[in-house]
Amino acid sequence: MVAAANGVSFDVYTGETLGLVGESGSGKSVTCRSILRLVPHPGEIIAGSVVFGGRDLLGLNGRELRRVRGSEISMIFQDPMSSLNPVYTVGDQIAEPLRIHRKLTRRQARMEAVSLLDRVGIPSAAERLEAYPHEFSGGMRQRVMIAIAISCKPKLLLADEPTTALDVTIQDQILTLLRELQGEEGMAIVLVSHDLGVIAQASSRVTVMYAGYVVEQAATPALFHRPQHPYTVALLNALPELAVQRGDRRLIPVKGQPPDLAALPPGCPFAPRCPYAREQCETEVSMALEDVGHGHVTACPFHAEVGL
Amino acid sequence: MSADRTPLLEVSDVRKTFAARRPLADSVRRRPGLRAVAVDGVSLTVGKGERLGLVGESGSGKTTLARSILRLIEPDSGSIRFSGQELVGASRGDLQSVRRRMQMVFQDPYSSLNPRMKVGTAIAEPALVHHVIPRNRAKDHVAELLDLVGLPASSADRYPRQLSGGQRQRVAIARALSVQPEFLIADEPVSALDVSIQAQILNLLDDLLERLGLGMIFIAHQLAVVRHVADRVAIMYLGRIVETGSTDQVFQDPQHPYTKALLAAAPVPDPTVVRTRSATAGDMPSPLRIPSGCRFRTRCDYAEERCQREDPPLLSITEGHHAACHVRPFDHER
Repeated sequence: MVAAANGVSFDVYTGETLGLVGESGSGKSVTCRSILRLVPHPGEIIAGSVVFGGRDLLGLNGRELRRVRGSEISMIFQDPMSSLNPVYTVGDQIAEPLRIHRKLTRRQARMEAVSLLDRVGIPSAAERLEAYPHEFSGGMRQRVMIAIAISCKPKLLLADEPTTALDVTIQDQILTLLRELQGEEGMAIVLVSHDLGVIAQASSRVTVMYAGYVVEQAATPALFHRPQHPYTVALLNALPELAVQRGDRRLIPVKGQPPDLAALPPGCPFAPRCPYAREQCETEVSMALEDVGHGHVTACPFHAEVGL
Repeated sequence: MSADRTPLLEVSDVRKTFAARRPLADSVRRRPGLRAVAVDGVSLTVGKGERLGLVGESGSGKTTLARSILRLIEPDSGSIRFSGQELVGASRGDLQSVRRRMQMVFQDPYSSLNPRMKVGTAIAEPALVHHVIPRNRAKDHVAELLDLVGLPASSADRYPRQLSGGQRQRVAIARALSVQPEFLIADEPVSALDVSIQAQILNLLDDLLERLGLGMIFIAHQLAVVRHVADRVAIMYLGRIVETGSTDQVFQDPQHPYTKALLAAAPVPDPTVVRTRSATAGDMPSPLRIPSGCRFRTRCDYAEERCQREDPPLLSITEGHHAACHVRPFDHER
């Protein structure tokens, strides 16, 4: 058994964007999917709770859960080509949640679909309703995904690497669009990304994950300027942007290899790669989060020594 | 960076198009199909020991250009000279010796390494094929290369799947260096790697290039990575180089509106940086239908009437800095 996400806790508030950052295998996607109980087989959620507006989503039956999915909480994924159905028109796919959740008639749903496409910035929306996903570019498909996701005015939008497959100018367009929609609708966003640049620009608070654990959480400026966990410090130091700023030809890499989730050390999973590690880190560190002030939490008991 | 300016590689006016699929009715009537223009008259030079960064979004033609240079595909026209030798139209025999001197590192080491071949065999193979070393030296050769890229000698007996992504990219680099090349083309070599591993590989490439005096074309879409690695930069858009210059010139004083758009769009890992301009609108046009005149005009904030009619040539801005834009640099600030 492999623990992909281990004792992960966080809160998201109305109107805010929480960034969930980590490298491959850190558990950020599994965490995000667990919120809607979309963990792929043979994965299981074995403990915990997901409280949304006072209800525990993990305790809902299938019918109740379906009422939440795509309506109160919706999700967009990395690759819009594989999350859109290739054999239905874009119009049909936007209309589906409108008819199911908002009980609109076919006509009403169609009109609403046009206005949604228009809102996400797809030109001549009425004509594009009959198009199939393959007729759209990557950026346009992601706009369609977003139109579907916001169609029932969700309170929470889960965005799992929404711009990773896109070029940088298109990424910029999509992030701007999400920001505008959030401003209008006041929805909360959980933004999963491996890209610290995207996280810095788009989120108000950040949760950093490593090997299935939350290692640090803070308001975005505090996390980037006063990181309190050695892994966060190592990640920031490894960025080429910061080497350019330092005027340094050398990058500061994180030593060692990414963790093997099937063979984690009993203590802190980052200990084998950590420049601050001492003997007890490999055996005794519990990964409990300590508050260092203003809601800034870290899993490193030796955070006082840690800094950029 | 000490870079000798005698060009090792000279690419001039290379063009490569691909046939697009056409409807059956058109083929039956023998109507000519559309052609996608992937590389449209690109010229560049790379000196011995110099590192040229090639930047562009997907579909800009950077990979097609790289493949043309290695003659993995044959360009439609133009000239590619490697230390004076013409490669376009060269025979297989002539290419054989050049291929040893120019090697490529790909984005995804998992698909560029044979999953059934042990790491040691994969590294030795090109050296044996090119007779760089005698067969009885293969083992030592592999051990030296593994050491060079920072892997333990025991890795030789492992299969690619037993290694992590970063380790596999080290193997791919060792394999490229196995034939003692003078020039590397690295196509997005760190894009598939996590940030913590990316820095290891970039430092390794930097060390090796410096130590072995290799030149390199470094293809990437991550601007910060290119800025860190390259001496000179060429920005590609829809098959053309739209701006080129030293890394400092291009990053600190960008002249082409597309370069400016790219720089503005790149997310900065610093939350105190406030965005100063709005996102560039639209998508890159299809290479089947390249706009008339300037190919960036459909997305350009500064486009004028003339941009629709005239295709702007690369004009010199300052020594070594060129941009293909009609609207003069100062006008961009209006």
